[in-house]
Amino acid sequence: MREVDAIVRSVRGVFDARGYGEVRTPALEYEAVLTRGDPAAAEPAYKLFDEQGNVLVLRSDMTIPIARVVSTRYATANPPLRFCYVAHAYRSVRPQRGQNREMLQAGIELVGVPEHEGTAETLTVLCEALDAIGLAGYRIGLGDASLYPALLDAHGVPAPARGAILHELQTRDFVGLERAVEALRLGAEATEALLSVPQRRGGPEVLEAAGPAADGLRAVVAQLPAEVAGRVIFDLGLARSLTYYTGAVFEVYDAALGAPLGGGGRYDDLLGRFGRDLPAAGWALNVERLHIALVGERRGERL
Amino acid sequence: MSGLNGLTLAVPRGALMRDTLELLDVLGVDTAEVRANDRKLLFEEAGIVTMRPSDVAIYVEAGAADLGITGKDVLAEQSERAVYELLDLRFGPCVMVVATTEGEDRLAEALRRLGVMRVATKYPRIAKRHFERTGRQAEIVEVKGSVELAPLTGLAEGIVDLTATGTTLRENGLVVREEILASTARLIANPVAHKLEAAALDDLVARMREALARG
Repeated sequence: MREVDAIVRSVRGVFDARGYGEVRTPALEYEAVLTRGDPAAAEPAYKLFDEQGNVLVLRSDMTIPIARVVSTRYATANPPLRFCYVAHAYRSVRPQRGQNREMLQAGIELVGVPEHEGTAETLTVLCEALDAIGLAGYRIGLGDASLYPALLDAHGVPAPARGAILHELQTRDFVGLERAVEALRLGAEATEALLSVPQRRGGPEVLEAAGPAADGLRAVVAQLPAEVAGRVIFDLGLARSLTYYTGAVFEVYDAALGAPLGGGGRYDDLLGRFGRDLPAAGWALNVERLHIALVGERRGERL
Repeated sequence: MSGLNGLTLAVPRGALMRDTLELLDVLGVDTAEVRANDRKLLFEEAGIVTMRPSDVAIYVEAGAADLGITGKDVLAEQSERAVYELLDLRFGPCVMVVATTEGEDRLAEALRRLGVMRVATKYPRIAKRHFERTGRQAEIVEVKGSVELAPLTGLAEGIVDLTATGTTLRENGLVVREEILASTARLIANPVAHKLEAAALDDLVARMREALARG
């Protein structure tokens, strides 16, 4: 516990210094609230009934509860709003090291700072938090949730096929993606673009190859301090499991652990679903995984 | 770059091993020691670890190996594993099937008369998904060994199993009633290695594609 507490203290120190105020919300939410934020947010989750027969869900993340709080308790507050939390979230997963059914998350939500400026601030705070914890070798995978859908639009991919294609990308199945795209019979150039773009990841050269589709990412990078930009790996195929992301998305990797330490992104439509139409971005780190990575780094482990 | 580019590859023992090692030979990986040694599991110099095909996805998900080769059947059974599926290697073709004894379809009869059928399998999750999707109630009996025995002894009315040539099924008097999924060998990658070792990994995938195209 002492090591985990030290991690939490370090992260809270960064939140404080950056002017993020801690919020607490109930662990139980109405299912209708979570699914209003994202249809996938109540799956896979733990559910129960209240005395009136309403379905309650143990929250699967903190972003949707905070979106609800912003539009109710902060309905008239002037943006920007800066929230942070250190709280448990619950997912019905197969428990394993670094993935428990109850997991401690530390994260922020930056509300009302639009586009690249807001994304750049969240990424900067993210790196400060990881530095404060003492992780040395972490990298940030940075992608754009709107990039691939825009590419599908540009090549005129019909709606029924889009869902299947995006599903393959989300489940990291490039063999399935290849089959789904080839089945569309779009011609060599379009097929090549739809298959190769999501596999591009690496340094700034990745953005050059992507053309105007990567304008959003270029604008984010232009705003990043050098020490943050140096941590970034561009990943044009990065797809997170929640669908409320509208722009930049990112994940944190460390060679000492085989799974991401956390992640986040920009979700400009989410707050509007709760009645306050403000752009927002945020991230969450899995504290247990931070701990595993930190111990691993100090023992000199790497993949 | 040459060989495995410093990456660790989980190689499946069993039916997929020969084709896997042949592919690695084409890539310039020295597999002589692996071929010569049946009991050794870890070949650090070549960057190879050998294991049962069904364990490959576990090792790769945990990052104990950067890459792995295993059948689509394994990936479908363990669909929750967070790994990238990068390439269809096309060898090791086989089909997941529903089979029963010859003559009258005992599964259909059980479903009609009893409302539920018993199915023995080594792939409980693929079997469960298949019968749920087709709206039939099935009790899945998980066995570890030769599943063909189950319908012959009355343990179950039918089986869900993988078949390449159909010989084992035929020799035990079983016939295929339905095909669930076609499987071939796949190259999979750990999601973190996929980002942090992108260049090494992409080069290896490109060379594998080339080798496959040449046949």
